Amino acid sequence: MESTSKQFKQNTRVALDNTALQSALGKMESGFVTNRANAAARLPEFEALRDQARDIKNHTLENLDFYLETFEENVEASGGHVHWAATAEDARQIILDICQSVDAKTVTKGKSMIAEEIGLNAFLEENNIEPVETDLGEYIIQLRNETPSHIIAPAIHVVKDQVIETFQEAHTQFDPARSLEEPRELLDEARTVLRQRFFDADVGITGANFLIAETGSTVIVTNEGNGDLTQTLPKIHVVVASLEKVVPTLEDASAILRVLARSATGQEYSSYTTFSNGPRRAEDPDGPEQFHVVLLDNGRSELLGTESQEVLRCIRCGACMNHCPVYGAIGGHAYGWVYPGPIGSVLTPTLIGVEEARHLPNASTFCGRCEEVCPMRIPLPKLMRHFREKSFEEKLTPTAERTGLGIWAFVARRPALYQMATGLAMRMLGALGRRRGLFASLPMAGGWTAHRDFPAPQGRTFQQQWSARGGRRRAGE
Amino acid sequence: MTDKRPEVGLFVTCLVDLFRPGIGFAAVELLERAGCAVAVPEMQTCCGQPAFNSGDRADAKAIAKQVIEAFDGFDYVVAPSGSCAGMIAKHYPELFADDPEMIVRARDLALRTHELILFLADIRGMQEFDAAYAGTVTYHDSCSGLRELGIKAQPRALLEKVSGLKLVELPGAELCCGFGGSFCVKYPEISNKMVGNKTADIEQTGADTLLAGDLGCLMNMAGKLSREGSKIQVRHIAEVLAGMTDEPSIGEGQG
Repeated sequence: MESTSKQFKQNTRVALDNTALQSALGKMESGFVTNRANAAARLPEFEALRDQARDIKNHTLENLDFYLETFEENVEASGGHVHWAATAEDARQIILDICQSVDAKTVTKGKSMIAEEIGLNAFLEENNIEPVETDLGEYIIQLRNETPSHIIAPAIHVVKDQVIETFQEAHTQFDPARSLEEPRELLDEARTVLRQRFFDADVGITGANFLIAETGSTVIVTNEGNGDLTQTLPKIHVVVASLEKVVPTLEDASAILRVLARSATGQEYSSYTTFSNGPRRAEDPDGPEQFHVVLLDNGRSELLGTESQEVLRCIRCGACMNHCPVYGAIGGHAYGWVYPGPIGSVLTPTLIGVEEARHLPNASTFCGRCEEVCPMRIPLPKLMRHFREKSFEEKLTPTAERTGLGIWAFVARRPALYQMATGLAMRMLGALGRRRGLFASLPMAGGWTAHRDFPAPQGRTFQQQWSARGGRRRAGE
Repeated sequence: MTDKRPEVGLFVTCLVDLFRPGIGFAAVELLERAGCAVAVPEMQTCCGQPAFNSGDRADAKAIAKQVIEAFDGFDYVVAPSGSCAGMIAKHYPELFADDPEMIVRARDLALRTHELILFLADIRGMQEFDAAYAGTVTYHDSCSGLRELGIKAQPRALLEKVSGLKLVELPGAELCCGFGGSFCVKYPEISNKMVGNKTADIEQTGADTLLAGDLGCLMNMAGKLSREGSKIQVRHIAEVLAGMTDEPSIGEGQG
């Protein structure tokens, strides 16, 4: 997928002016945030489970080669195939080859962020294969020619009236005068349209929430059941997943599942948790004839053993973005690439480079709410700071900012100079601002005063006043 | 001398030093009432957070080293800010992770450093306040104090002891106000959206006074309230606890 992360500031302004988006984002606190808090409070061992989930992933990442090879062996043992894709391009080509091997015309898709990461839909279309998104949110944004703005609620930026409009335009087979006012009516219409697409599809592509090494299973969680129809009806089921999705055992997957839905939506479990094991066996009533797993690296293995390894624990629950006040202000598209919110602010510079994505780790107040709720205890602010250090070292930080910081640090490292300089400055500012108490504008402080008044200093600094009254300077003095 | 009072070094914080020294004097007053001997080392400027959060690790370390040296020999170091106390207590040891000599000193300082309100409530067990405030107050939980240091119950417990003061809870009190140090000038539109949400919540409480424990957040919220024409007074919690509310509130003129 092409990135617009470099234009983050412009993207931000567009997002803040988008009234539909702002109204959609306004509901996040009362929805996701409250539901997660209630779900966590209902489970006494929730915090201990988070520790356990973190430890499982840490162990897996320390032994990633072993578990991936075990996974491959067990997939092959159950009659499936594993394809290793080093890059997005490799993954696209592997999937295209599989589709072309059965002369596929349409493929149904379950929700997959990895498919977004590798730009699969556009590539299939270029090759005359029609991808059909089957998750309701994904279906809506596919019709609108948009990308997901949230990793578990891809159409969170769309309001109901826009969905009605989109369906009226796209579903010309129905009576234009039909009612679509009720959400139920929209759902039923999407379901009717998609039902036939499920039957027609030659290949079904899903992502995976987990890959289980000991059994060679892939696992998806959904709330609509669309993933099941995607993977059981066509001749071929292709799973596309990044390699850090592997866990050692079924018990490990179960432990992490207990924190996944609670963190994501506040559900105890998603409505459907589906385990896939190879192609249809002779005694199975249904299932695909072929089962393929495409394992995508796309730069992830380079993170092993580095400070960024912790980001590979992510299970894509979306809790960090649900709780992020920056995401809550601008939504997902402003981030400019596949993954928005705090996890995106770390993943994006990791995967496409800090030069392209410099703004994302910088656009955070470090309020820490993401880390507070991350079920996998990923230290997101710390990782964002790591990228700030990287962009400072590589001199990607804007010159004005570097110069300002340099002057400030020079003075802050010299207390005597600092106290003289600040003493003078505050006396002046204080004298100028005393009567009104604040400034409506100040030279070089436009970023502040465009939106806020600037409170004036009281006058003499604390240090000057403390000296004047002969206050103690040292312990035991 | 038989003076067994703990020696407390006040880390004034750069914002308090420059913009609102009254908070520093309120802190001194409260610490003395809590039975401490207070001194203010001259060799302090800032905790180094602006450099640390801008990715300038070298300057952050140099400034941290300066603070570590300035506060040698104190039983405790207290700051009227969760953000600066968090920087010293949580991040200084991180800065010197690969420096075997400095890490020992950084950890030692980290263990001695506390945010003012937490120090008064949890370390000194302060119960009585000779303070009165006639007003309805709401309280914003600043992020670093809340999430790095666990400050939540302490300010509310202490405010309860102030006679005449009525505390009303702020909806979304734990949501960031959008200050974030240089964030608010680097990404002013996002910051403005966040502080606008915050002031709407503040207005909704009907309180006449907004309190918090960090001057950065307070200046941000006061500046926005003032721009919106609000009459709500904004003060640091220490001013109210120390009974030092004669000075104009943050952003309020002297007429």
